[in-house]
Amino acid sequence: MKYLHNIGVYFLMIKDMFRKPTKWSVMRTLILKDIDDLIINSLGIVAFISFFVGGVVAIQTSLNISNPLIPKYLVGFATRQSIILEFAPTFISIIMAGKVGSFITSSIGTMRVTEQIDALEVMGINSLNYLVFPKFIALSLYPFIISIAMFLGVLGGLAACVYGGYGTLEDYIEGIQTDFIPFHIVYAFIKTLVFAFLLATIPSFYGYFMKGGALEVGKASTTSFVWTSVVIILANYFLTSLLLG
Amino acid sequence: MIEVKNLYKSFGDAHILKGISTVFEKGKTNLIIGQSGSGKTVFLKCLLGLFEYEKGAISYEGHVMSELTANEKRDLRAQIGMVFQGSALFDSMTIAENVMFPLRMFTKQSKSEMEDRVDFVLKRVNLPDAHKKMPSEASGGMQKRVAIARAIVNNPKYLFCDEPNSGLDPKTAIVIDNLIQEITDEYQMTTVINSHDMNSVMEIGEKIVFLKDGYKEWEGSKDTIFKTDNEAVTNFVYSSNLFKKVRRMYIEENQ
Repeated sequence: MKYLHNIGVYFLMIKDMFRKPTKWSVMRTLILKDIDDLIINSLGIVAFISFFVGGVVAIQTSLNISNPLIPKYLVGFATRQSIILEFAPTFISIIMAGKVGSFITSSIGTMRVTEQIDALEVMGINSLNYLVFPKFIALSLYPFIISIAMFLGVLGGLAACVYGGYGTLEDYIEGIQTDFIPFHIVYAFIKTLVFAFLLATIPSFYGYFMKGGALEVGKASTTSFVWTSVVIILANYFLTSLLLG
Repeated sequence: MIEVKNLYKSFGDAHILKGISTVFEKGKTNLIIGQSGSGKTVFLKCLLGLFEYEKGAISYEGHVMSELTANEKRDLRAQIGMVFQGSALFDSMTIAENVMFPLRMFTKQSKSEMEDRVDFVLKRVNLPDAHKKMPSEASGGMQKRVAIARAIVNNPKYLFCDEPNSGLDPKTAIVIDNLIQEITDEYQMTTVINSHDMNSVMEIGEKIVFLKDGYKEWEGSKDTIFKTDNEAVTNFVYSSNLFKKVRRMYIEENQ
């Protein structure tokens, strides 16, 4: 019953997020700040993880090909497919649920605890629009991060393959060009946009509606990470069934 | 003027406010006092429209709050300044940006006009050089003064303060009390203060409403509170030996 209630409150929150918009000159500043906090500040960790995970996928694929009948270009092919279809959109989103999601929950939760949200409401400001809407807009640039993750993942695979002695540059390049289906990129970006929406709204929900003090801010961040991850995994399953099934 | 008629508020089975009626007059510092759990904060939040009430009416200058349209409510809220217990300053903004915030949100003033107004109110609360500090760099007393500056920057008609002296030393608390009273007189605002600081009651309580278990137990002023024979009020207000002695002396002097 509590879960159903929370789902209802979550959808009402989304509706209220678009109501009574904040003055554009103020909103513009908030959006730019959130782009810096949520997108720009995530580039480093995403680039690092993508590059090295791409490398590991290439090495693992190469080490598991013992049959001489399997072509060597399979390393590049498997790396590309893994990175574009799943690693970049889904697993980077899980990592972002930890990094960006916890940040959103704890920053909004702290504002709740210190009565800053009440201060906004007393002034007649729609606090949901003021706090959540700029995050939603900032995270619409999330596909930009995922594009970088895709590129660096494939590049990491190439570096590991060639410099680790697991294959040649020509085989790898041939692999990443083999049976390329452009719709896979579209599919990945559709998933990314859905995940971006979830990343902006679920952590905001847990921060905005939290009750208690500093300890509860920490608990809300953990709960937010768990539920954002669960919903991303479920959404991933249903989107894959719908778009590729 | 704010008029409250027969106000009821519950959370589930817990009945917090039980038929409160009172009037908060313009140009006066009105204090709501009572023990912890007596319903002071809930009452204040009902007055501010942060909590919806089940029964009764709150009217601002004759306009009943629950009958206002969304736009009218927005206009009303723009006329309200609020000082929160923990100051509620925005962490990510400097002190000047905090004070400027209501102007940026609700006025069409130019940047220089807004800066002039911020300079004026920061000087008014005796913080002429604090513009560039972050709230975390300010002391508790400074934060309260910034909160007052933010509350009055847009010339509100109504000023609400929730425990403005909590966490402050007695000297700073008196400075804050006097500042609130001066501002109330100067701008002829309707000021409502939620407090359990007895020094504030004696200093600035032009009207005092005493709540007990969700009921209005007593109302009067800093002068009549000395003479009252209401046991609940005397037990609460004169709970310390010092205040008991002060009261005895006052009564003896005036006999």
